[in-house]
Amino acid sequence: MNYERQNPAFYALLITLIFMAVGPIVLMLANSFKLDVDIIGGTSGLLFLPTIQNYETALCDVLWYELDHLDFCSLKFGGAFINSIIIALISTLLTLVIGCMAAYALVRFKFMGRDTASLTTLMVRMVPPAVLLVPVFGLWNNEFCISKNSYFGEIIRDVFGGRGDVCLAGTHSGIILIYVAMNLPFVIWILQSFIIQVPRSLEEAARVDGAGPFQVFFLVVLPLIKPGLAAAAIFTFRIAWNEYLLASALSDRGTKTVPILIVNNMSEFNIEWGVIMATGMLLAIPPIIFTLFASRQIISGMTAGAVKG
Amino acid sequence: MAPAIIIIILALLYPLGYMVYGSFRAWDPSQNISESEFVGLKNYITLFYDPAFRESLVVTLTFAVCVVFSELVIGVGLALMLDRNIRGMSVLRTLFILPMMIAPVVVGLMWRYMYHPTVGTFNKTLKSFGLDGIDWLGQNALLSVIIADVWQWTPFIFILSLAALQSLPRSAIEAAKIDGATSWQQIIHIKLPLMMPVLIVTALLRLIDAFKVLEVILVMTEGGPGLSTEILALRISRTATEFRELGVAAAMSNYLLIILLILTVSMYAITRIQENRAARLARQIQEEY
Repeated sequence: MNYERQNPAFYALLITLIFMAVGPIVLMLANSFKLDVDIIGGTSGLLFLPTIQNYETALCDVLWYELDHLDFCSLKFGGAFINSIIIALISTLLTLVIGCMAAYALVRFKFMGRDTASLTTLMVRMVPPAVLLVPVFGLWNNEFCISKNSYFGEIIRDVFGGRGDVCLAGTHSGIILIYVAMNLPFVIWILQSFIIQVPRSLEEAARVDGAGPFQVFFLVVLPLIKPGLAAAAIFTFRIAWNEYLLASALSDRGTKTVPILIVNNMSEFNIEWGVIMATGMLLAIPPIIFTLFASRQIISGMTAGAVKG
Repeated sequence: MAPAIIIIILALLYPLGYMVYGSFRAWDPSQNISESEFVGLKNYITLFYDPAFRESLVVTLTFAVCVVFSELVIGVGLALMLDRNIRGMSVLRTLFILPMMIAPVVVGLMWRYMYHPTVGTFNKTLKSFGLDGIDWLGQNALLSVIIADVWQWTPFIFILSLAALQSLPRSAIEAAKIDGATSWQQIIHIKLPLMMPVLIVTALLRLIDAFKVLEVILVMTEGGPGLSTEILALRISRTATEFRELGVAAAMSNYLLIILLILTVSMYAITRIQENRAARLARQIQEEY
């Protein structure tokens, strides 16, 4: 590729911008390796003795060895990480599987108008999570329940224990359901634009060779829309992984995700900066990795979302 | 197809309809909605005269307008300056999306640390120059929250307007150059007007998103001090989960949804108009040649 030569001022601007964009993140990374004494008292420089103690404290409930600096493991970030991973992975997987089939049906069988997906995506994008929270909070706690006196309710209560009716609120599935619903329109819409590009003749050729509809879908279409799947997966995972509000309203003690614990610890009077930044860093790592490896897909997904409405 | 429709209806459409229904009732989360008392428009009217709700509406509007305006100016300005084929652009673009990708909760956490009155980076730096620290999250809380959002979302506008700039017809710009237009004239008379459709859509998209911001502000200020940063989304979620007044929260949500619906419909209309115009232009060109 040919690059134009530019005067040094442009490079200075470029470097300043990079510094501004990444600075706060680097700062958090540096602080997560500092002891609280160094964060509060020490100079803001980069000269310090790095320690992984903060990470150990944050994950104390899932570590297999005893910690010397800690008498009692009060923070349960490890369990929260497991919850976060379960919820994010399952909801991403479900969204992709359901979204794929729906997008294929929309494109190939001309089911409903082609604009349906883009219009729904737009409408869902409009609804703030806080607004969705209101009815979902009521529904998940009251209506979407199995009575404890019914057959299934009794079985669930016998297996998992607890009192009262069996409700969606407080379970992993309750949170997963809402994430899948939130992300589906966008995923369908983005996959649809990829499926349209798969040439029909290819599918027909496969059909002539004796492939059934499922074989056509899994062996011909799916491999061709891999880039679209990757973009959709990243967007879905990111939302499920980062989301705080709905998760906080719908989870109970056992199903809290990491963002909830971070917010809870931030509202305490004495913030343990080191530990909380270590947790924040752990939460930020998956999105950072995605960005570094798939920035092109992410940018194209973002641009498409804006340009096509 | 069927599972997708079922899930969207079950977890999106039904709840939203449910919310509209609930906004006419004295609804709280411990009871079934049908057991709650029907109060008609009471929730809406009470809110209309509620100073705290109005305050939060003003805060939300101030936040959204300030944020979108500054992000547009900075983002488009940077795009115009950096619209050249130079080494390092792709690195910048990659690193620039980082703030948008990481969790809002973490963004709030970073900024809360940097704004901290004694420990924070900003005041430490000010102090090392012998200056007084600033009370970032106290009396300047709204401004500080706006700065954090500008940091997080300016890259979005930058990337979109850069993409728009690079897809402009080169011939128009070349022609202007030959006619002796200065680079400033090129920007005002050619580049900006041609970018306008994308810019309007981007701005509306950001405006819609600005009404949804919650986590960053929650972590940084928890809506305080007082009500100075309590945006509508925060107030709604508080009313629902802390005060357990789902009916009132639902009415609030409907007010917010009306605002957002107007924005969305206008965005949709604008894209449609622009698409039609572009199609007409393309047809004209085809007929001429």
